[in-house]
Amino acid sequence: MAVPRKKISRVRRNTRRAHHAISGTTGSVCPKCLEPKLHHHACSSCGTYKGREVLTKTVESAS
Amino acid sequence: MRHRISGRRLNRTPSHRKAMIRNMVTSLILHEKIKTTDQKAKELRIVAEKLVTLAKRGDLHARRQALRVIRDISAMKKLFDDYAIRFSTRPGGYTRITKIGFRAGDNAKMAIIEYLPLEEKLVEKSAQKSRRRVASKKTPAKSTATKVSTTKEVSADKTVVTDDKNE
Repeated sequence: MAVPRKKISRVRRNTRRAHHAISGTTGSVCPKCLEPKLHHHACSSCGTYKGREVLTKTVESAS
Repeated sequence: MRHRISGRRLNRTPSHRKAMIRNMVTSLILHEKIKTTDQKAKELRIVAEKLVTLAKRGDLHARRQALRVIRDISAMKKLFDDYAIRFSTRPGGYTRITKIGFRAGDNAKMAIIEYLPLEEKLVEKSAQKSRRRVASKKTPAKSTATKVSTTKEVSADKTVVTDDKNE
């Protein structure tokens, strides 16, 4: 079986992993309540999406 | 490999999946909107929209085809009496899915799926769209015409101003 000839140094290992970082999630600002929200999601604070849909708040109170 | 195989398995056996979709679509018809995971909502949308198409057809064969999915008589009634009329002018796209964040516990992406309400505004919008499609060739010509006219006005104003300066 093929085996690595030498142990890879810490620097080499870390240099390889330099590009492995995960980028954070991006978001936007709710046009109604100006709170941060996720793209393509209803606003978690005021429950609106595209201005008209008061979804989460009404459903949460109903259920 | 599952290349080009459509549909989500949703970690269920075929019978389990079918039963679940049946239950969900019945609930959706009766309650207008239900809260579920995003993936289930997307799978549900396919069945829900096809049922409305059957309801709009409205004949006995369509009723029997719908009964293969829905076993609830009150849901059938609502589908064929209410939804068939409500969506008579709408050419498909009877449901709306809105993502609402992540469930506590398993962090599943949640969504609300609902049948669209009857709104006169929406009906008007669709009518406008169809008009636009019919007169799509005319509208750009009109806009360019208006642009030309505005530029002409501006240039006329400029000439007036220069005339004043000359005086």
